Amino acid sequence: MVVSESTDLGALTRRLRRHIVTMVYDAKSGHIGGSMSAIDIMSVLYTRFLRHHPDDPAWAGRDRFIMSKGHCTPAQYALLAECGYFPVEELSTFRRRGGRLQGHSVLGKPGGVENSAGALGMGLSFGLGIRLGMRLRGMENKVVVLMGDGEQDEGQVWEAAMAAAHHEVDGLIALIDRNGIQNDDFTVNTMRSEPLDEKYRAFGWDVRAGVDGHDFAAIEDALRWAYSVRGKPACVIFNTTKGKGVSFMENNPNFHGAPPSDEQYAQAMAELAELEGAR
Amino acid sequence: MTTIPAPAATREALGPTLIRLQRAGADIVVVDADLGKSTSARSFKDAFPERFFTFGVAEQNMFSAAAGLATLGSTVFATTFAVFAEHAFDQLRMSIAQPLMNVKVVASHGGVSTGEDGASAQSIEDFALFSSLVNFSVVVPSDIVEAEAVIEAAVANSGPWYIRTGRPKLPVIYTEGPRFRLGKADMLRDGRDLTIVACGLLVERSLRAAEALAKDGIEARVLNMATLRPLDVEALEAAARETGAIVVAEEHLVYSGLGAMCAQALATRHPVPMEFVGVQDRYGESGTWDEVLDIMGLNAAGVTAAAHRVIARKR
Repeated sequence: MVVSESTDLGALTRRLRRHIVTMVYDAKSGHIGGSMSAIDIMSVLYTRFLRHHPDDPAWAGRDRFIMSKGHCTPAQYALLAECGYFPVEELSTFRRRGGRLQGHSVLGKPGGVENSAGALGMGLSFGLGIRLGMRLRGMENKVVVLMGDGEQDEGQVWEAAMAAAHHEVDGLIALIDRNGIQNDDFTVNTMRSEPLDEKYRAFGWDVRAGVDGHDFAAIEDALRWAYSVRGKPACVIFNTTKGKGVSFMENNPNFHGAPPSDEQYAQAMAELAELEGAR
Repeated sequence: MTTIPAPAATREALGPTLIRLQRAGADIVVVDADLGKSTSARSFKDAFPERFFTFGVAEQNMFSAAAGLATLGSTVFATTFAVFAEHAFDQLRMSIAQPLMNVKVVASHGGVSTGEDGASAQSIEDFALFSSLVNFSVVVPSDIVEAEAVIEAAVANSGPWYIRTGRPKLPVIYTEGPRFRLGKADMLRDGRDLTIVACGLLVERSLRAAEALAKDGIEARVLNMATLRPLDVEALEAAARETGAIVVAEEHLVYSGLGAMCAQALATRHPVPMEFVGVQDRYGESGTWDEVLDIMGLNAAGVTAAAHRVIARKR
């Protein structure tokens, strides 16, 4: 399946969720929860907005997607594969010796992965630098940076937020996957980050918050807005559900970075298949 | 009578050299963390304002943004003081080193010769930190002539570099022009009794030590090891075989800098008695730059004493 603008997003994202669960189950490690919360946003972005050529990942005219929450490689690899960057069969090599699909994002592995990440908090700065370089060259392309809400704990995020507004960098779009859970616990217990929208506004960004990150129409509307912002950077805060799509994973801090058991895997695949109807 | 060039600080080379190279057709972008006057980078802003970005006092953001800028094809010079470059080690590692970005970190006010500002401003760990980053070239010019050549070489070669420059005005060694080549030691004086390996401002001080030793009948080879990584192990091995004793002198912690790297290289090739001149297990303190160097023993007398110790062990 190579996705296009006419792709059925419901069918695509259920397929992507099956890839995510299977990759982590097979690898016996990896991050399902944050991949499931982000995948709907990423899917709308890649199918409806991002300028990119899967057969030419280094195309100079591309927009850049920066995966700042670099532990959510299952979502990224699954989507890149379904877009046609590499064969879907290669997803079975996730986290395996000798493979390209590293546990956390590594620039260029495979083509389409635009940044190295895993240490949180660097993606917005990296994207800011890319957008400044584009502006220097008169390029109108967008740089879209996906961050987690736990990631907002990192001070570097706010250094970048301040600098992006100072330099009046439009075309830089921050997407926050606000699923409310970080590694150890709910974010309200670990480190309160709210009100995120007011913080970004105070730093000089144009912000849209409260967007349902699992409603394709709402995502599309928010991204269309973000793509239209001029004169300042834009931030969309999506309300999402960690582990979205599998009942016992949803909003469960235990599925941040742990693989499912055999029974859990079977149930997860049944739930994800059921949603699609007969497989 | 020939004209002796005026002493100059290695940090003074940055801005003017970058302006010259940009005018000559290079694609240079400079990023800064509010120290552009002191690093001399700010003069580049005056010449090419659209190619200069300040990030305020925020080094982490600056280094990751420098990496992003480099993906568009520019050679990006990221500038601050050496101690503040240390502030952003993980950004240097994950944004620049691992993905092999063409970012040149030029850090001025290196070493204890920052002087009056005291311990917080004196970088004595930067060789260790940057040499521990895979893919980084680490270079420490010894005078302004060499510093200009190092910056030219950094533009001519892709990949991440760390260049440490200094605050004090130093005598010019390369009065007849630079001889810098990345990864190559430069023999400034030959001798058969021992080799002094030095970088930065210890090079000129080692030359003075060699003159003092010559008066005692000891002939010292002096190698300017401007490149710490990749280290010129061939020159080191030749020095060990031909002179049988080595002193390493640097403005850095003695157990984790050039001396340690030289000792490791020689351990597997040709071990000989070695002595180390550097900052001992301590932080710096305030004083004029040369007073602080004297407190630390980072002077010609310190190198000379180390030479006598190593010669004694040789016998």
